[in-house]
Amino acid sequence: MLSFLHLLGLGDESWSYQFLVGALATLKISIGAFVTGLLIGGGVAAVKLRSRRLPLRLANAYSTICRAVPEVLLIIILFYAGQSALNDLIASFGYDDEDVGISGFAAAIIVLGLVQGAYASEIIRGAVLAIPRGQIEAAHAYGLSGFTLFRRIILPSVMPYAIGGLANLWMAILKDSALISVVGYNELLSTAKQAAGSTKLYFSFFLFTAAIYYCITLVSNAAVHLLERRIRRWMPRMA
Amino acid sequence: MSFEWLPHYAPLLLRGLICTVELLLFSGIFGFAAAVLVGFGRISHNRLLSQACLAFTSIVRGTPLLVQIFLIYYGLGSVFAGWPAIRHGILWPYLREGFWYMVIALTISTAGYEGEVIRAALLSVPHGEIEAAQAFGLRRWSLLRRVWLPRALLAILPTLAGETVLMLKSTALASTITVIDLLGAANVVRAETYRVYEPLLFVAAGYLMLTLCIEHLFRIFERQAARAFRH
Repeated sequence: MLSFLHLLGLGDESWSYQFLVGALATLKISIGAFVTGLLIGGGVAAVKLRSRRLPLRLANAYSTICRAVPEVLLIIILFYAGQSALNDLIASFGYDDEDVGISGFAAAIIVLGLVQGAYASEIIRGAVLAIPRGQIEAAHAYGLSGFTLFRRIILPSVMPYAIGGLANLWMAILKDSALISVVGYNELLSTAKQAAGSTKLYFSFFLFTAAIYYCITLVSNAAVHLLERRIRRWMPRMA
Repeated sequence: MSFEWLPHYAPLLLRGLICTVELLLFSGIFGFAAAVLVGFGRISHNRLLSQACLAFTSIVRGTPLLVQIFLIYYGLGSVFAGWPAIRHGILWPYLREGFWYMVIALTISTAGYEGEVIRAALLSVPHGEIEAAQAFGLRRWSLLRRVWLPRALLAILPTLAGETVLMLKSTALASTITVIDLLGAANVVRAETYRVYEPLLFVAAGYLMLTLCIEHLFRIFERQAARAFRH
């Protein structure tokens, strides 16, 4: 135990700096993947709400596959596929594919976003279906349209229905970001693996890592709670 | 894309599939039993017990499963290995294998996630029904077994189907601790044949099939349970 504290303290053998870098990488990946997931989910939800036939079938197939196949497997497939596809693309422009590797960071964000976009699309679709059609017609009657309609009417009325699902999505992405360590990208869990492997203090370092993840979760929970209060401020209070 | 490696590796992939199903069955059964205990613990009037169960579900649901798996496999494993009484004991052959560590990790995780579901289900059973059962003279244990639990579980069968699919997806993490499950088998094929995508896509289809099977089984189960409850 003492030697573990020594390894975290400020010294030549200290691991705290690496863990800070790892935690920041995890946060960056998660935030990036959350935004990507929302964009993909929004697009897929629009397809599911509007179109029929082929695009709808494709959108449904996408969510079925993402919900039935393990995330690790999808991440491994997409990471390698994405990397080699991008390398081929770069090579086809005449560059040497040896020195232009795709950035692991971008791949991690896109892969996690794609995997969680399926869940995001269902959250957004459900929330949009929950607002009465008449509200949008009333807004049209008042002369609102386009982005103003979205910002002033649709967004505030959709958000209370979506916030719970979106908070869950954020937690899921945060936890799934640990899977990126399987393909070797450097984030919090990879750092923990290196630290544990080189010091042989497996139990202490993995427990410490779990504690960091748990702290991020607790802070996120508190933030979501505050945000929820603000978003629901126009809604009638439940008894 | 070519699949001529498939006949040669079919036995390995089949063993992987069986391993995945075994992981699912063991941790499904143990996890569900633990989840029922956690669910009751969460609504217990004993504050110490209910707070402890709340802390348990919050920590399990607030940390990545992969971290929990590493903590149990590498962490506990290294502690066990340094303990001569265990190292030379009769249980050591089991404690050396990743499989049982994975079952433990999945059981804990399932207890956390399903425990919250069961808690909500227990609270959703109308109080009048429980009072009615008490009025008929049912004691604590038979009230639980014959009224409260069946009513609660019937209501959450669709949710349990979803949780089971999530558990199936979690079993794939066993491959990170050297268990040759379905994904682990694909990794072996990948390493030996240098084919990157075909084995992975093949097992992805396998997981898709397993998901469909789980959903189908639960639908049959739901129909039977609903019939049993109609008088």
